[in-house]
Amino acid sequence: MTTLHAPTPAPVRNVPSRGLRWSPIAAVVHREWRVFRRVWRSLMFGSVVEPLVYLLAFGFGFGALVAEVNGIPYLDFMATGSAGIAVLFTGFFPGLINGYFRRRENHLYDALLATPTTVAEVVTGEATWTGVRTTGSAATTLAVAAALGVSLEPTVVLVLPVAFVGGFGFACLGAAFASRMRSTHQFDFVISGIVVPLFVVAGTFFPLDDAPAWLRIPAQANPLTHVVDLFRAAAFGTLAASQVLVAVAMVLVVTALSWLLAVRWLTDAMVD
Amino acid sequence: MSSPPPAGPAAVRLRGVTKRFGDLVALDALDLTVPTGACFGLLGPNGAGKSTLLALVTGAAVATSGEVEVLGELMPGAHREVLARTGLVPQLDNLDGELTCRENLDVYARLYGVPRDRRAAAVDDALALARLTDRDDAFVEELSGGMRRRLLIARGLVHTPDLVLLDEPTVGLDPQVRQELWSAIEKIRATGATTVLTTHYIEEAERLCDVVAVVSHGRLVELGSPTDLVTRHVGSEVVVEVHGDADRQGRVRAAADDRGVRHRAAGTSVVLFTDDSHALDGGDGLMAGDLDHRTRRPGNLEDVFVTLTGETL
Repeated sequence: MTTLHAPTPAPVRNVPSRGLRWSPIAAVVHREWRVFRRVWRSLMFGSVVEPLVYLLAFGFGFGALVAEVNGIPYLDFMATGSAGIAVLFTGFFPGLINGYFRRRENHLYDALLATPTTVAEVVTGEATWTGVRTTGSAATTLAVAAALGVSLEPTVVLVLPVAFVGGFGFACLGAAFASRMRSTHQFDFVISGIVVPLFVVAGTFFPLDDAPAWLRIPAQANPLTHVVDLFRAAAFGTLAASQVLVAVAMVLVVTALSWLLAVRWLTDAMVD
Repeated sequence: MSSPPPAGPAAVRLRGVTKRFGDLVALDALDLTVPTGACFGLLGPNGAGKSTLLALVTGAAVATSGEVEVLGELMPGAHREVLARTGLVPQLDNLDGELTCRENLDVYARLYGVPRDRRAAAVDDALALARLTDRDDAFVEELSGGMRRRLLIARGLVHTPDLVLLDEPTVGLDPQVRQELWSAIEKIRATGATTVLTTHYIEEAERLCDVVAVVSHGRLVELGSPTDLVTRHVGSEVVVEVHGDADRQGRVRAAADDRGVRHRAAGTSVVLFTDDSHALDGGDGLMAGDLDHRTRRPGNLEDVFVTLTGETL
């Protein structure tokens, strides 16, 4: 018999089954869809109004000072930047906010994980749904831009897969940080420390080509920079093939790392 | 699998299970077997380790040492296989507030892997069991406390599990709602599932459980049917309770010690483990009127619990 302070024998730790199964992931996606059907109006409102404000204010306001950036009209530059920001915001914030509240406040994760669903499947299901939403947000933003006179190449449809993968990654990144949070006060750290730098230092509102190295180098590590570069490549054909490959690789790698981090940190938070 | 096959059918088998949280030992080298088909009660005060035990069974926690075998598989490794056949009704209400009753059950039927062609019927059956059929389109926040509990039970049963875990199913509910839930829990038994429930309500354990494990400080103190435990530890099916202030209780305890009658304190009274109402008559040191306020009542699990652990529930 073990006593209180005697050394304990090695724990029997069976490695939980690995691998993802589609059916619990689909169930998590289905749950999000049920909820979305009730709240889509307010979400759609944000998806349309936010880029409209950015484009009207920056595009026309700032665009009066700057005619062209990197060989494209400032409104075009700004439109693709806004689509990228939409992917960041509609990806990261649901990951962060839902991740926190579902773990700490309404205990949805306790309920999901009492079924044969794994942490990896919960993270994957939620991020998949969020990826669908970020794809919609990027598309809406570009539709608003087109309505305002931005002319887009037919290859613009390639924005959709980029928006999906990028949004999936940002959702995972938000979920990862949410898993480390102990109180709602810590949202401030994540928003100021992570979201604002990601959003500003990414070639969204201004080009990075002529920026000093201390700004340019971190921007290259920012997945949003590459998402926005790919958006511009798809919409205007502005990028060389080699640059496209680098950007695709960066988006995929950062998304994969974000997923791993979310699964690791949420597992730590959920299993005693 | 590192262990030999189980000797007999057991829904849950714990072998030398210790669980620590930092310096706190929540479970201390616990050995426990829940037979298949039983309604098994885990009785103990808050902090005894009951919820930790359920967390180990569902894989929400991993044992520091020892083996947790559930439905013939080792946890947490076999969590998918085990959780597909297990329903948890948690103490904390974690219903999905963004969904209706029916949607809650439908989503969990999907998560549990109920086949598509049986899903609608499974949801209907669970709604009927929880008597929520006519509230199926209500959101969780529109339900009363008792209805929410019933929906939690229905959620844990939507996949007709072989093992149902109920963590303090009626804590904080008024007596009438408690009665309602007890009848819902009795219906689980009718499905043939093994039921494990944690409780610190004596009445609940006595009414629902065939086997009760008394746990205290992470250890198993005693195991048996409620009737057996009372007979074995209270010594008699009737106890005598003498009511009075602290001075009177002191005199009654001294007289009981003198006569060799076992006793325990219970709030404003002393419980004497005897079926003889006159066991202390004429006892030394008793004052007039000391034995006037006595009642006979059946012995219960609380008497057992206090006798075994010196703690109150």
